Amino acid sequence: MTEVDIEPRSSDSAVLRPVGRLNLVTAPALRQSVSEQIGLGRVRLIVDLAEVAFMDSSGLGALIGALKSTRDAGGDLRIAAPGEQVAMVLALSNVDRILKPYPSVDAAATED
Amino acid sequence: MNGTAPPRESARLLVLRIVVVVALVLGVNYVGWRWLASVNWANWWIAVPLVLAETYSVIDLGLFGMTMWRARRRGAPPPAPAGATVDVFITTYNESIELVMATAIGAQRIRYPHTTWILDDGDRPAMRAAAEAAGIGYLTRGKEWSDRPRHAKAGNLNNALLRTSGEFILVLDADMVPKPEILHRTLGYFADEKVAFVQTPQVFTNVTPADPLGGQAPLFYGPILEGKDGWNAAFFCGSNAVLRREALMQLGIAGYVGQTERRVAAGLRTASRILGRAARSVEPEAREVVRELEAAISVARRELATGVAIGELTYRLQRSVEATARTIVAGDLAQIEADLAAIGIPASELAEDAESVLASLSSGVLSPLHAVEAAYLAVRGIGVSDPGEAQAVQPLATISVTEDMATSMRLHSLGWKSVFHNETLALGLAAEDLDAMLTQRLRWAQGTMQVFLRENPLTVRGLRLPQRLMYFSTMWNYLSGFTTVVYITAPVLFLTLGVLPVDAFSADFFWRFIPFLIMNQLVFLVAARGLSTWRGQQYSFALFPVWIQACVTAAMNVLAGVPLNFAVTPKTRSATGGRALRRIRWQIIAAAVLLLATIVGIVRLFVLGAEPIGTGVNVIWVIYDFIALSVLIGAVRYRGFTASQEAT
Repeated sequence: MTEVDIEPRSSDSAVLRPVGRLNLVTAPALRQSVSEQIGLGRVRLIVDLAEVAFMDSSGLGALIGALKSTRDAGGDLRIAAPGEQVAMVLALSNVDRILKPYPSVDAAATED
Repeated sequence: MNGTAPPRESARLLVLRIVVVVALVLGVNYVGWRWLASVNWANWWIAVPLVLAETYSVIDLGLFGMTMWRARRRGAPPPAPAGATVDVFITTYNESIELVMATAIGAQRIRYPHTTWILDDGDRPAMRAAAEAAGIGYLTRGKEWSDRPRHAKAGNLNNALLRTSGEFILVLDADMVPKPEILHRTLGYFADEKVAFVQTPQVFTNVTPADPLGGQAPLFYGPILEGKDGWNAAFFCGSNAVLRREALMQLGIAGYVGQTERRVAAGLRTASRILGRAARSVEPEAREVVRELEAAISVARRELATGVAIGELTYRLQRSVEATARTIVAGDLAQIEADLAAIGIPASELAEDAESVLASLSSGVLSPLHAVEAAYLAVRGIGVSDPGEAQAVQPLATISVTEDMATSMRLHSLGWKSVFHNETLALGLAAEDLDAMLTQRLRWAQGTMQVFLRENPLTVRGLRLPQRLMYFSTMWNYLSGFTTVVYITAPVLFLTLGVLPVDAFSADFFWRFIPFLIMNQLVFLVAARGLSTWRGQQYSFALFPVWIQACVTAAMNVLAGVPLNFAVTPKTRSATGGRALRRIRWQIIAAAVLLLATIVGIVRLFVLGAEPIGTGVNVIWVIYDFIALSVLIGAVRYRGFTASQEAT
């Protein structure tokens, strides 16, 4: 089942929390959520990966696409709290050279 | 090798291997002797090109032999798994709605559960209506593509990939009607987790048995791809293939990371250089601005060097530069861009074209203030994605007009496997006139040479040696245009002027050449398993101007940025006549020259007492050239499939 929990933090920021697998099946849901948030003016987004058990290249693609969209809209996207499998995928694919995995949502939110 | 090959198959392969080895030994024997003992150095200007051409041909035979060496007939496929999700993509740009819908309805009938999509790059409301009426998915480019390069079919597929979610993707050209069992016969191969794609043959229904245009390619979609398959080098041919989404996405991600790192590093260097020049001559008020920009860039460069994530460092860079921006000009970003565009520096090219900015600065055309603006813009372009592209992640390669071969090579270099399943599972339409056929051949040739020049299979990382040679052999083939010119020029020179490229047509020559020639043809015969290769050999020779044009335009495109100007291959006949003749004018000239040379040669033989054996050899050579070129007569006269059906 695909779920993306959304926790707005301010008029221009929010935390997105995908649950379960972030793969080719669920990536479109994440893209959709990001798109909606940007439409609402929330362009500074943090993706909390703590509840993501598994991520594949489609999931990575959704994160990168979201990074581009938020930047194009004048904002930013950060990822936080990856689990073991997700951290490994980020490292093997070298996407961690682009998107720094913050240890927690708060760490991602406070750094500026 | 396939351990369950039947005994007859193994025996045939053994025979083939023996024939290849013998042919190569004779070939080396011939060419070695040619170089060492027979070059007529007095006429080096034709003698050397000729022996080079012959060396090319022996290497060509070697590569062909290697392709055949491990030819792999896979037989029945593994059973298809249950529950796999599949997206069927039908790519179209300007093909007729009836044609596309015929393919789409055929795709709907595929038995394995799937979703059918029409990918309409022409964005036609009538196409959308027809698709919706039939309950077929319809996709067009999103708004992120406006004002961005579209990358033709690769872009079309990349766009669709981001809008769908099936585990597997079946790619079909607009005219390729699939058989209902296509997915059942191909999905089973993906049980091997390393398989990235399964390619099946492209077979055409509108080709007569005589095939005057050489539309069917039974040797390629047969022994040749089976041969490459044996070395895990079978490549994606653009249609009739099932691809694994994860493989494509992984490829796209890897490409994105590498390109982003390179682009950011280059952008920082460029901005730095422009600022460095500007700093020297700028007025005092602007000096503060320059210092701030330089400081921000130097922080970013340090962070990049110490491994800070690109997202992080570009964010900081842009924030610090934003503050500076307000002091640069009264106007905004758009104003700065307009300023620079007015003096001929488009903002989109700034990061890549530091040289021209620097040149303008040196020559005084660009004022230091403009240079600061340019540097500012260059820095603004340093981000997590290429501002000049619609998509950050581009799974299918966009470096060549034949995106399929480039993508395959990249997949192979990442360790993925490919499969060629030799069963006709879709039927399409070949070009029906000479004009369309030539356009199509030119495009394939240009695309292949673009890949060769941009990502040389001999040097890219990750491929194994046999895979490198398999890709290289396809590219090597296209160099034959140049050798064909030599093969036409040499006999003409002898017959008309008595210019001898070899020391003598002695017994030695015949003893080495004839056996080699015979074995060469025997290799084709055994490899082709009864299929006729003659049409293919004729066209390989007769289209020499196409191959030369492809090599030259591809080189100009890759090395000097000259656009290629190709047209989408027309899938329907166009009413042309004189146009076709114009496109083969070089072949007509060559044939006329050959004919003239033969007449002159015979005259010289009987009237002037020219050397008889030499004349005989060259006349036979000319006759062969003629017969090869004559394939174009049938091609020009061909009135299309339906017309020839009515004629019989």
